[in-house]
Amino acid sequence: MARRSAGILAAASLLLLLLPMRANAIDSDSQVLHVLNRLAFGPTFDDFSYVKTVGVDRYIAEQLDPANIAEPVELRFRVAQLDTLGLGAAELRQLYGPLRPVAGVKPSLDDIKAQQQRASVVFREAEEARVLRAVLSRRQLEQVMVNFWFNHFNIFAGEGLDRIWVGNYEERAIRPYALGRFRDLLFAVAKHPAMLVYLDNTRNSASARGGEDRLNENFAREVMELHTLGADGGYTQGDVETLARVFTGWRVSPADSGELPGVAAVFEGAYHDYRPKVFLGRKLQAPGKQEGEEALDILASSPQTAHHIAFELAQYFVADAPPPGLVDRLAARFLATAGDIRQVLRTLFDSPEFWAGAGQKYKTPYEFVISAVRAAGAPVNNPRPLLAWIARLGMPLYGCETPDGYKNTAEAWLSPDATMQRIAFAAAFARGAVPVAMDRDGGLAALAAYRPAAADPKRLEAIFGSTLTPETRTVVDAAAPKERAALILGSPDFMRR
Amino acid sequence: MPGARLSRRLVVGAGAGALLLPLGGGAWAAAAEGGPRRLIVILLRGAVDGLNVVVPYAEPAYYAARPTIAVGRPGTPDGALPLDERFALHPALASLMPLWRDGGLAFLHAAGSPDPSRSHFEAQRYVENGTPGRSTTADGWMNRLLQALPGPRGPTDAISIGPTLPRILIGRAPVANLPLGPRAVEPAPVDGPQLAAAFDRLYAGASVLDRAYREGRSARSELIGALAREQQIADAGAPPPSSFARRATQLARLIAGDPRIRLAFVALGGWDTHVDQGGAEGRLANRLRPLGEGLAALARGLGGIWPDTVIVVLSEFGRTVHENGDRGTDHGHGNVIWVAGGAVRGRRVYGDWPGLAPAQLHERRDLAVTTDFRAVLSAILRQHLSLDGRRLDAVFPGAPASGAGLAKLLTT
Repeated sequence: MARRSAGILAAASLLLLLLPMRANAIDSDSQVLHVLNRLAFGPTFDDFSYVKTVGVDRYIAEQLDPANIAEPVELRFRVAQLDTLGLGAAELRQLYGPLRPVAGVKPSLDDIKAQQQRASVVFREAEEARVLRAVLSRRQLEQVMVNFWFNHFNIFAGEGLDRIWVGNYEERAIRPYALGRFRDLLFAVAKHPAMLVYLDNTRNSASARGGEDRLNENFAREVMELHTLGADGGYTQGDVETLARVFTGWRVSPADSGELPGVAAVFEGAYHDYRPKVFLGRKLQAPGKQEGEEALDILASSPQTAHHIAFELAQYFVADAPPPGLVDRLAARFLATAGDIRQVLRTLFDSPEFWAGAGQKYKTPYEFVISAVRAAGAPVNNPRPLLAWIARLGMPLYGCETPDGYKNTAEAWLSPDATMQRIAFAAAFARGAVPVAMDRDGGLAALAAYRPAAADPKRLEAIFGSTLTPETRTVVDAAAPKERAALILGSPDFMRR
Repeated sequence: MPGARLSRRLVVGAGAGALLLPLGGGAWAAAAEGGPRRLIVILLRGAVDGLNVVVPYAEPAYYAARPTIAVGRPGTPDGALPLDERFALHPALASLMPLWRDGGLAFLHAAGSPDPSRSHFEAQRYVENGTPGRSTTADGWMNRLLQALPGPRGPTDAISIGPTLPRILIGRAPVANLPLGPRAVEPAPVDGPQLAAAFDRLYAGASVLDRAYREGRSARSELIGALAREQQIADAGAPPPSSFARRATQLARLIAGDPRIRLAFVALGGWDTHVDQGGAEGRLANRLRPLGEGLAALARGLGGIWPDTVIVVLSEFGRTVHENGDRGTDHGHGNVIWVAGGAVRGRRVYGDWPGLAPAQLHERRDLAVTTDFRAVLSAILRQHLSLDGRRLDAVFPGAPASGAGLAKLLTT
């Protein structure tokens, strides 16, 4: 499959050479850089050369269609080694979840600890898959959108079973829909056990048998405030309570469920409130589980949702305070295409506002670290030091506790000490002191043989040489060659995208 | 904290029967000579359940509303620690009782925002920008406060603990942030004076990035060195019992050692107890315990400048009076504000208690707000930092005046 798409790509490249050049086929280095800074986690030398060759329009079109981009062999090989990545949520719970009593005997404390130790591989592999793809994938826009949607639909890996489910959540609920329809994305997220656990919907139940209701509004509130309508989306506390009742029965199956052993998220009618409901002024028609889907459909197709998503996309891709006119156009596109994310992005990348905002976004810690590794072209045999640095800069992966996820604005990340820490990273990374290249599986021999490899300033010059600001240019030129990589990666230019 | 409050109160007599009397105008002069006034703000993000922090144990409605998570009356097993005839403290905060008995700790109940939002994010924005209901205010009230304080401004006048800068401190005046903790005292970010000098030239401009760089660089060179030296000495003893206590101790050392620091801010998360909140023990207790120990450590560490320091602990809103079906509480309205410091007229619970009967509740479910949080802060700003009406209005534009009940919150 991948080989075939590579072939198609080669044929297409050949075809391009035969066609007459577009008038603006040779884009300026700053345009190339802009596209890679926004659609990708910054340029690699290869991507920079590639976009210079094929042009930014073509690169954008390709990135919007990731299924036809062949992934590098190295990435496929490395991801294939992460055994737990392909497991389903129920399987993960079965293999790595908390031990259950056997024949009434509770597991010992040692057994519990051993199981937790065993389970830690699942979270580690999820983290590593994320970072490896961000650095190595040629489907960069997909990686950017996975990161974007993960923060939009944030869950926290410190919350119970979400430690072993967070990777599965990203693989099954986010990644397949990252450039698809918003409705499908919303449905996948709302039905994933990791989200139901994180926002307490597993605790949200009505009793049909005359007992007391045990409503929990958390999930319902955040679905409207964060996932769809937005805080100013015009809903009331009454709507929050109604939606909480709509979602009663959306639960996680018991670990020993014999009925549906392969499924972790289930609808349990016994906990559902079957009374008729009016939600956002509309009388809900569907019964039971379909009632929740009907409510989600109302939310997915709401103009407020369109505006909320349009604002967030424009904020990520254009500016912290995005131009209102652009947001309105994106919202209109969202409504006209029934929430087709790809079409909304196409409109966004075609807009003059997108091209006018180059270099205006301050990178998040995640973007900063990933883009440095990509630009320097360092082999990543061990992503752990990168994860540690991202955490140290205040943004531990899967570690945002609150459901609003990590922000991507300068206000959230630009601080005096962050600037110091980023420069510390740039300096350490440039001299090879962030040991990403060390082979973890090579044992002591690899450790003994490891020599820190300094980042090559020539490679960075080849990418950024023509676009550095004059101030940075002057300081870099005046510096000793061995200091130039640190200065470029630690420069104000590189703090922004 | 024997002797900690000496600069503002006169100790009459000696021994166990020592009597503490507030002084008149003379005390102000003494304190002014004693050193600059400091304000430390601790924001509990996620809405702490104030009704289980300062428990209204005289209200039968409290116990009726919380069958499994109420904190028991004083004198019962694991019961709350009595503060007065109406209120008692959560037993996990026992480490604060010496401070309370010493008169250095007060609470103000039924405080909060006039904005009814139950969204964490909106409500935290209002607590931080100081303009409830107006989300477009771009700067934070602590930054505006910094601008309102007299004297030349340096980069370490206000510090935030953590890797990022919170909204409450964002604004025109320069501020510093420090990620306290085990990594706080690592060496300078760049090895080698040549490379450091090159970075200085890279960030010599006038942009926000250049400014952040210079503030970060001077904050590090001015604060971290001293902290590292002191820490080596201090860590010879046993480490504090919790990570917050450790950070609080570091913060205390920083502030006590550097008279330039006027304002400090710390945020602590994990208070959103929708599920299994617990009563005397459990989730909330497990969060409160390190907070109480940290505050006690902070008070101890501040030592000689305790009389010149006020600590405020607040949260974005309170939680529902009734426990929910999961033995937790949901987003509510009114909450309790904590005020500590050597100059605090402590050992009392301020505020107009609205009661917990159904008709007395906000929207029939939450503790009503009878004191605007800005009124409490304004009282502190006026009495502790000597802000006049015009400056107060610059910090909290359009805020209601603090009523007579708060006129003597501090012994100025």
